[in-house]
Amino acid sequence: MASKRSVIPFGPQHPVLPEPIHIDLVTEDEKVVEAIPSIGFVHRGLEHLVTKKDFGEMVYVAERICGICSFGHGYGYVNAIEHIMDIHPTDRARYVRTLLFELSRMHSHILWLGLMADAFGFESLFMETWKYREKVLDMLEAATGGRVIFSIIRIGGLRKDVPDDVLKGFLPELDNIVEGIKACEKSFLSDPAVLSRLKGVGYLSKEDAINLSCEGPMLRASGVAHDNRTRGYAAYDDVDFEIITSDEGDSYGRCYVRIQEIYQSADIIRQCIEKMPQEGIYVPIKGFPNGEYMTIIEQPRGGACYYVHASGKKFIERMRVRTPTFANIPALAKTLQGCDVADVPILVVTIDPCISCTER
Amino acid sequence: MLENLEEIELVGLLNKIKEIKTDGWLVMQICATKIGENYELLYTFGKDYDVKHVKITVEPGVHVPSVTDIFPAAFLYENEIHDLFGIEVDGINHDYKGGLYRTATPAPFA
Repeated sequence: MASKRSVIPFGPQHPVLPEPIHIDLVTEDEKVVEAIPSIGFVHRGLEHLVTKKDFGEMVYVAERICGICSFGHGYGYVNAIEHIMDIHPTDRARYVRTLLFELSRMHSHILWLGLMADAFGFESLFMETWKYREKVLDMLEAATGGRVIFSIIRIGGLRKDVPDDVLKGFLPELDNIVEGIKACEKSFLSDPAVLSRLKGVGYLSKEDAINLSCEGPMLRASGVAHDNRTRGYAAYDDVDFEIITSDEGDSYGRCYVRIQEIYQSADIIRQCIEKMPQEGIYVPIKGFPNGEYMTIIEQPRGGACYYVHASGKKFIERMRVRTPTFANIPALAKTLQGCDVADVPILVVTIDPCISCTER
Repeated sequence: MLENLEEIELVGLLNKIKEIKTDGWLVMQICATKIGENYELLYTFGKDYDVKHVKITVEPGVHVPSVTDIFPAAFLYENEIHDLFGIEVDGINHDYKGGLYRTATPAPFA
């Protein structure tokens, strides 16, 4: 006898969701046979503000797209404008930007680890990981004065410098954080109870990850070595790092990639501090941007595109941000097909969804 | 200043997109920009670290064919264009019929 199909609404309010997304789960018994995602509950129209805000002020708006990867959003917009206006920031500005990028990545990945632990019911692990996230936020505050929105980046460079003694003070902190996350790693990647929730759950093949235009750790955990940092923006050309991948393709693989990227970010930050140039932080700009450009960067959740179309006026015609979560939603729908209903919360968390970015 | 940009007519869109797919490119994003009274639609594709753009310009009220038969994952971009700019896209594989973004004002970017 054929199983009866039912539709289970998941979200927009759900204990595992800090932000609203809705998914209609078409189920047969306990298996999901189709997942239809739905967003748009809190769309803010921030991109449209570019037609009403001075192009310099728009940096602050771009940063407010997200409270976790805010620095990257500010950078993406600024970089597009700098290309259009042919502005070349100083080496010190490039290095400080890279350092802040990697602190944001550490913050984001550690935050995700905590949310993942919470999703599979390991609350002490959630609190332990967020203890280290707090330390990263302290470093961001010491560098920029902000813990969520930093307002340190500007077109042409930086608003303020980060003193060398502050940067040097980051080195022991990084060691402490890496040591702490290594202790947590044992629970995430070796604990049998945790493995039962991650191994083989939400498998996404390499072919599907490519064909669905996946981004970030979601893509790399399916064995695709693609990381937009290798494009060499900011100071990524001057630091050594290798793309971290996993062939697992499941939730375990995504967890593995993000944990390794935390260590990698710490290493890149150390390199930036060691090589930090001593010149200034700002190059004056003249006139208004005229032209169009698309910047592609690697945010913590994956590749993000920032398209700017300007016509030589104070106000810009269009700023468009394609966030990684937006690109990963089709892959989420794919991984949900065939999973158990009980695994849906884990799988939604596994893409590290940022609805705030998506509802820009 | 967009590198690797090709501006084409609307009638040639689907053939161009099929050709791009055959060459191994993947869709990275699709967006609309209002320029005067018309709309520019920018299709961006990636292959490894290479990027290619295709642009069409359409007048208000003109329907645009969906590319989701060629790139199924493009449905969110096309729904977004419809909901924010009011551009009609015909044949989207997952058509939210104006319900992707729950905006207070219909087509707020138009």
